[in-house]
Amino acid sequence: MAPSLPRVGARLTLAKSSLEQVFANLRAAGFTLIGPRLRDAALVLEEVTGLNDLPRGWRDQQAPGQYRVVPGQDSFYFDHLVGPHSWKQFLHPARLKLFGAAKNNGTWSFQSATAPPPRYAFIGVRACDLAAIARQDRVFLAGEFRDPHYAARRESLFLLAVNCGRAAPTCFCRSLQTGPRVTGGFDLALTELADVFVLEVGSEAGAEMLRETAWQPATALHASRAEEAVRQTESQIERELRTDDLPKLLYDNLEHPRWDEVARRCLACGNCTLVCPTCFCTTVEDASNLAGTRVERTRLWDSCFTLDFSHVHGGNSRPTLRARYRQWLTHKLASWKDQFGALGCVGCGRCITWCPVGIELTEEVKAIREKAA
Amino acid sequence: MSVSFTPAAVRARADPMLPGLAVVRGVKPEAYGVSTFSLALADPAEAAAYRFLPGQFNMLYLPGFGEVAISVSSDPFEPQLIGHTIRFAGSVTRGLARLQPGDALGLRGPYGSAWPLEQARGRDLVIVAGGIGLAPLRPVVLSVLRERAAYGRVLLLYGGRTPPDLLYTEEFERWQAAGIETHVTVDRASEDWRGQVGVVPQLFYRIRLDPRRTVVFTCGPEIMMRFVIYEALARRLPKEGVYLSMERNMKCAVGFCGHCQFGPTFLCRQGPVLNFAAIEPFFGREDF
Amino acid sequence: MGASTRPKLAVFKFSSCDGCQLALLSLEDELLELAGAVEIAYFLEARSQTLPPPYDVALVEGSITTAEDSKRIQEIRQQAKLLVTIGACATAGGIQALRNWKDVDEFTRAVYATPAYIETLKQSTPISAHVPVDFELNGCPVNKAQLLEVLTALLLGRAPHLPAHSVCVECKRRGTVCVAVAQGIACLGPLTHAGCGAICPAFNRGCFGCFGPMESPNADALLAHLEESGHAAAELVRLTRGFTGFAEAFRTASEKWEKRP
Repeated sequence: MAPSLPRVGARLTLAKSSLEQVFANLRAAGFTLIGPRLRDAALVLEEVTGLNDLPRGWRDQQAPGQYRVVPGQDSFYFDHLVGPHSWKQFLHPARLKLFGAAKNNGTWSFQSATAPPPRYAFIGVRACDLAAIARQDRVFLAGEFRDPHYAARRESLFLLAVNCGRAAPTCFCRSLQTGPRVTGGFDLALTELADVFVLEVGSEAGAEMLRETAWQPATALHASRAEEAVRQTESQIERELRTDDLPKLLYDNLEHPRWDEVARRCLACGNCTLVCPTCFCTTVEDASNLAGTRVERTRLWDSCFTLDFSHVHGGNSRPTLRARYRQWLTHKLASWKDQFGALGCVGCGRCITWCPVGIELTEEVKAIREKAA
Repeated sequence: MSVSFTPAAVRARADPMLPGLAVVRGVKPEAYGVSTFSLALADPAEAAAYRFLPGQFNMLYLPGFGEVAISVSSDPFEPQLIGHTIRFAGSVTRGLARLQPGDALGLRGPYGSAWPLEQARGRDLVIVAGGIGLAPLRPVVLSVLRERAAYGRVLLLYGGRTPPDLLYTEEFERWQAAGIETHVTVDRASEDWRGQVGVVPQLFYRIRLDPRRTVVFTCGPEIMMRFVIYEALARRLPKEGVYLSMERNMKCAVGFCGHCQFGPTFLCRQGPVLNFAAIEPFFGREDF
Repeated sequence: MGASTRPKLAVFKFSSCDGCQLALLSLEDELLELAGAVEIAYFLEARSQTLPPPYDVALVEGSITTAEDSKRIQEIRQQAKLLVTIGACATAGGIQALRNWKDVDEFTRAVYATPAYIETLKQSTPISAHVPVDFELNGCPVNKAQLLEVLTALLLGRAPHLPAHSVCVECKRRGTVCVAVAQGIACLGPLTHAGCGAICPAFNRGCFGCFGPMESPNADALLAHLEESGHAAAELVRLTRGFTGFAEAFRTASEKWEKRP
């Protein structure tokens, strides 16, 4: 057993059962652990308490508009890929109380929501999702204003990342240089081999959580097997999104006939925006008592596919489905770059898998490029 | 470009979505379904520190009803009394319509970009407004009046649907006398109307501009602004010389909610006042 | 209490199961507060005492299925400042609108011993087909939180928050895994008006559209996709011809797929 803690940047091996101790260390440090679990025919992100909660031996099969859980490699805890959930539901909750308002003696008082958010440890964050978190950081932390709700959750976050051991036909992280290899922004990163985890220590906090585990410096063989595993994943990725001509391609083709064509297939249901790990749009709702003297203001995930999103008095600035789909795609793949210095897409493929009619963002861009103006 | 127009004190607030308390000091009916509310922040220190630039807006919050972005229409040199000219068009503004002096509401701001008055200094300025669009331009007029000599010719081209829809008409005489050449038109005249009849862009036919020294500020319905820009460019004004104020759905005013996007622009941050040259590829595009 | 200044609330019933009125009664926690805020002037399911019109707000449950009802709704409209329809029957014709595709006389003969006693219209129609309606509250039954929201909004003089987007948005907000994508269940969620809180998918069932069509339903696209994924046209007709099957988007869809070879 190694006597001390590993240094940042070290590569280690860890017996799979030792992850239990890492979890225990995280819990002892006050973290609520969120990780993959098998529930409702999918691998969702929920609170996990121990290694047994992880979906060992299960994997997903993904295709446009289709997702199934099937048996995978028996000894693997992380044989699955990104699922219906993303980490944004914890950092940027779907429903968040912003503040309360109370009317007493004819005047209002406003009270910020004060409940401190949980300290989260995310277990099993993929490279594309790490990139997505970094993109949302730019929205909520790096601008003129800081969102205190996001900041509170983000700043106390522990990230245990996982290198993907396989790729789905919906994955295209390689095109966006966001994966499949985890390259930074984590506390611990693991690559799962059949017999062992190969770990990379990304921060002091990550090293700290290896206390009392039987970690070993990674042997050359383990290190190279881990490398090979990620390389193999990379070679499995078939889906492509050409990005060298973005954002210009979309800005130059705002009247392309493809927008009409996709509008005939699109349901405007909003699923793509809500499963997207970078989509950040929200609306607000007030709920009050009957007298109107006690009010709670709540922020909710919104979607640019709803009509209310583009409502302006006297009409709607995007009344057609064509206009709303165009807004979504051009925001993801064009204007996001102008706004935040990077595209709003990380290639996770969720919008493709979870579209009820299987519309593929990558195919839409391709179609626009084929007959570009 | 990341010029921030928002005062540092507003940016530094721990919770940018939490409103401050404001009190209605006065209500002045302006036109049918339009009133100006004079508001004061309840906190004396906040009230004393409050400043805004012409063209900026506040988020006004009526608990239970919701929040709306409304531009400030009052004198930026007297920022302790914050004027908002509001058209009662939606659920929140119809709720605001019921407020009386002494009533409380939430206010946060100011937000957004300002009319570039410094660009107009020493040059001719043409202010073109339609309907409620004069509200965010009134602080421009009032600022110019404070330092009339700093500008060349200053013209106001203004129009409304009918004579009773026109705002601030009782001030026009004073503006005119103080050296603001004021031209007013209505789409549909009433019997006692002695002025122009026609749409706002047609007022350009009545004036002469020197394209080398003129700046245009415009606010009104998008269709009006399109034709205003057309008329301005037809008179050889450079695109960079035209500024307009845009409107979209807005929920947060601080760049988080995504609603006010207009292409790459967040209207709450880089807007609402924009240079035409910067948004030309998107402006006037159907359903954008 | 003497002459009340509280707004007078009336609740009327047409062809329906009373489930939406029950949603009002099941408000429980808020019912006392509500009774303090409004004068319940006419609500036969809750109290026998009634007050004469006019009423400030009339909540109307049920669809119009008889000639007599089509006259009564006209009277109610004249007696009420605001008329709010509650539930799938009142807003879309309800499950009883299934008759609209069949021969009612045949049903009458089959069901009743003395069909001559039965006087009924050939169609079950929503209230809005007869009189102007101020607000429509969807659902079978209505969601009691939404009902309370409408009443609160009317009392405070603001517009109620009743989002008209898809049920999918509600599924995603509550973290429900899409049953269509993950289990291949035919789900009407993408076409259906939000408001229920996405109950059925949370229990691993497909949405059956009881809140009626959403704001911009693209039924052709969803049904074509379901057909390609192996769902029979007849199944799609049944799916869209349910509790709100007579609502336009669903009606057009079921009639189109019914004609499929």
